[in-house]
Formats: sequence, C-alpha cells, structure tokens
Amino acid sequence: MEKNLEHQIDESEKLGMQIVKESEDDRLMTLSVGPQHPGSGHFRFTIKVDGDYVVHCDPDPGYVHRGEEKMCEYRSFIQNIPHLERPVIHDSANITYSYSLAVEELVGIQVPRRGQFIRAIASELDRQIYTLYWLAIYGIFLGHSTMFMWPTGDRELFIDLMDALSGARVTHAFNIPGGVRNDIPDGFKDKCLRHISYFEKRLKEYEDIFYTNPLFIQRTEGVGILTKEDAIGLGVTGSVLRASGVPYDIRKAEPYDVYNEIDFKVQYMKSGDSLARAYVPLLDMKESCHIMRQLLDKMPESGEVRAKLQPTPKGPPGEAYRRVESGRGALGYYIVSDGSPKPYRVKISVGSFRNMIALPHLLVGSKLADMPSVYWSLNYWPVEADR
Amino acid sequence: MSQDPKNKPVDSTTPSQPPPSPPAKAAAPPAKKETEVPAFEKGLVSQIISRFGDDKIKVAYIRPLRMKVNVEPLDMVEVATFIRDNLGFDHAESVTGTDYPKDNQIEVIYQLGSYSKDDIAAHILSLTTRTSRDDALLPTLINVYRSAEYHERETFEMLGVYFEGHPRNERFLLPEDWADLPPLRKEFRIRGR
Repeated sequence: MEKNLEHQIDESEKLGMQIVKESEDDRLMTLSVGPQHPGSGHFRFTIKVDGDYVVHCDPDPGYVHRGEEKMCEYRSFIQNIPHLERPVIHDSANITYSYSLAVEELVGIQVPRRGQFIRAIASELDRQIYTLYWLAIYGIFLGHSTMFMWPTGDRELFIDLMDALSGARVTHAFNIPGGVRNDIPDGFKDKCLRHISYFEKRLKEYEDIFYTNPLFIQRTEGVGILTKEDAIGLGVTGSVLRASGVPYDIRKAEPYDVYNEIDFKVQYMKSGDSLARAYVPLLDMKESCHIMRQLLDKMPESGEVRAKLQPTPKGPPGEAYRRVESGRGALGYYIVSDGSPKPYRVKISVGSFRNMIALPHLLVGSKLADMPSVYWSLNYWPVEADR
Repeated sequence: MSQDPKNKPVDSTTPSQPPPSPPAKAAAPPAKKETEVPAFEKGLVSQIISRFGDDKIKVAYIRPLRMKVNVEPLDMVEVATFIRDNLGFDHAESVTGTDYPKDNQIEVIYQLGSYSKDDIAAHILSLTTRTSRDDALLPTLINVYRSAEYHERETFEMLGVYFEGHPRNERFLLPEDWADLPPLRKEFRIRGR
C-alpha cells in the first residue's frame, strides 16, 4: 500500500503534478480535559490523540491556585495554620505536621512526648481519610460504583474519630507548632481500636470486590508502566514511587517525632503499572492500622500535649526544611525566617506537584481509554499541586 | 553503605546516623549552631570542595541531615553533575527561590535528595546560587535533574528567573492573562495589606 503510494507520487511528479500528503495536524485531534471536567478534578491538561492513541500531553495546573506561599509572608507563624491546610482538607493533619516541625526547628520548641504521639495518631487518621477518598474516586472513574460507596462510608469512621479529637470533620487545625491543640477525649482509645478492627475486615472485602475484580485488573494491569529508573529520575514520590519498586517512605528514611519507635514495613511493589499504584495505597492503609495500634499502645497515659508558646513565637534568623510522609508522598516545608514573627519565605513542596511530571510521561503512547486509570493512579490532588 | 572507597573513614560514623539523629535534632534546635559539625555530612560536602576548591564552593551550613552550599551560576551545571554522579543525590525534591531586595539578589535553591542510596536517604543537599534581580538569568539544570523541569518553570513564573536552556519559560500556575510582577518578588504586595 505504502509502496503503491510512493509509486504514484513518483509517477505524478514525472507528469508535473503534485500529490499532497495528509499532514500530521489534519490527523491529530486536540482534547482539553478539565478543569471542570468531572474526570480530572480541578486540573486541566490538553492531550492530542492520533486515533485511539495519545501522542502529546501538556498539563496546565493552576485552576485552584490560591497563592498560599505569598499569603504566608503576611501572617505570623501561628496565623498561618488554618489557611495552610486548605490545599488538602482531607489530609490537613499532615500538611500542618511538617509546617509545625519546621517552625519548631526555627523557633526552638520541644514538643511533649504525649503531644508527639497524639499528632502522629492524627496524622495516621488523616492518611486513612485521604486515601479512602482517593480510592472512592478511583473506583467511580473506573466505573465501579460500589467502590465509591464503600470507602466513602468507611471514611466516616475516621472522620468521626478526628471529629472527637479536634471538633471538626475536616480542616482540623489540630497539629500545631508545639504539639496538638487539645488532649484526646475520654474513651477515644477504645473507640479508635474498635474502628480499626472493623476497618481491617473491610479492607479484605475491598480486595475481594475491587482489587481481584477481573474488569479492574484488565483496565490497570500493565497499563502506564513507570520503570524504577524513570521513577527515580522524574523524582516522583509516595505511592507512585513505591509502586515502581523503590521502598522509600519518609517515616522510615527520616523518622520524625516518635516514628523511630514504631515497628512497621515500607510497603512497595515492583511492577510499576496502574495496578501496583492502586495496590500500594491499600497496603499503606493496612500498615497504617498496624501503626495506629502501636501508637495507641505506647502513648503515655498522661502529660502535657502542647508546649507553652509566646503569643507570636519567633526565632533567630535562619531556615529549615522538614518533611513528613503524607497520603500523597513526601510533604516538605522550606521556611526562611528573618527573625521577625512572620516567615520571610515559605515554600510548600508537595507530592502532587512532583507526581504531575509523570502524567505526560505515562500518557504519551497509551490509549485514550487508559487515561482515567493512569491519571487517578498517580494519587494526584489538584488543589494541593496548585497551592 | 555503598559509598565510594574514599568515603570509607566517614562511613564508620553512619551506624549512629539515621535513626537517632532526628530526635537529637528535635531536642536541641537552639543550640545547633554551637554543636560540632556532623562528620558524615561534612564528609559529603568536603568531597565537593576537594573537587572544585574553596573559592567556588561556599558552605552556608552543615547540620544533621541538611547541607547547603552556594555556587556561582556558571558552575551550577558542573557541580550538579558531580553531585549526581559521585555523591548519589539522584533527584530534585523542589526548586524555589527567595527574593532579597536589600542585596538586589534572588537566591535559587535546589533541594536534592536520594532514593537509590540508603545512607543518604534522609539527607537533603541544598544547592543554591544567586542571581541579580534586574537581570535574573540562570542555566537550567533539567539536563542533570529531569525532575527539576516543572519546578524551574514555577520558579520562572513566581520569581521571574529565566532559566537559559529550559524549553518552556512560560506561564504555569498563574492565570493566562496574568500581566503583573512575578508574585513572589517582595515588591508585589497583596492588595489591602
């Protein structure tokens, strides 16, 4: 066929005629996904498709950019807490956790031991809340509506616990520099253990109905493979990195607060496809239950939960960079202080922004129909990436 | 433990290194400047200095798990390549800048981390350079660190630092019709504040 065409071109050129080949632009179709498309969250990316295959992908974040970093420069270290948790309202304990660690280093605050345990518990609870929400969305965009209902319902267990702990279902402003805002209420430990036991049974049911479902496996197995070398080179983080065979978790690599006293394993898989990226958060949730049991067990029965602070704490000029492991990977704060009560510069280094670079890398060359299973497997939270 | 042979004497201090140091760091943050420089981190930085010399590498600080070195813009690519190939810092966690109007300079900082080497998994090497505010121009590091691509683009947009060699010094997070100063420069003020 191709040879025939070349022959025709040669023949026609001899006759002084010209056959115009179809150009690439005529064949490609540009699609704009988002920012209000229900399949992308608040994130826009344009893709070019050649038939069924994606040949070009260009992420365009910023639809929900709020200028968090600039806002930080106008508020004191304490005033910054409530607005800093807006980027990830489901995981607000973690996003204020690393902020607290960095401020504590700058100001020089020693956190009471009981406070360290409680904020680790809050951080683990929020990890479950976020991951369940992510799993619900992943389920619904792969057309599995049961997987939307179940995690959304079970998420209430942990929201109830955070509600009892902090008084708010989401955006708790609970982890603060110096410890946590208030002590745990009576009966919290028993309630927490009860919910964890129930949830561990549910995780097995998730595997039965969703993770071993042949339809789910067909749509994710071998789709969007991120090799170990690419994962390291692109600097992705969290479950995306661990699904590609790199056992890296900040809780293990650089243990903060009481995590060096906790016995747990870094969960990782080696295949690097969408299935592995969907599986690693489930394994993380299992491990998180295990961590929470130990935290509740080892927590001191009484004591202070918060260090006494000045009304507007300030430290000597300097800078700090501290990280925690959030639901979406490493979450770091780089804070520069000039000695005043307000930070001079705050940089929020978030997992979602770092994982975004993997999207064009994985989508180009794959089928358009694989787009949802690749995009949502990246554990991407658009609001956090935009900040 | 898979360090270069020349790093062997330094390695002997690592068993006491990763787990115990964060609590120690949390315990005594105010006194960190007076305490002695941690040996392992010092060994890493001295490798860079022995390769490029004292005049090119200015050490800002060496703390437990954190190091910061300043280099001139022209040496950035060479130093970054050395750090990646010889020290094992294989990805850039974040790239950002800080505006210093008093010095008429912008400091751009690359936070480099390592996934492939266990003994430096907890460490962050901050590679920084300074450029003039009036003509902010730096060589890009995306050929050394692929992971820096979007971060540099964000830095260009937020601070107006042009990365020479970067394919896309253009708008990223801000609105399409943004026609104001780069917002993280200090002269950009939030309205009403």
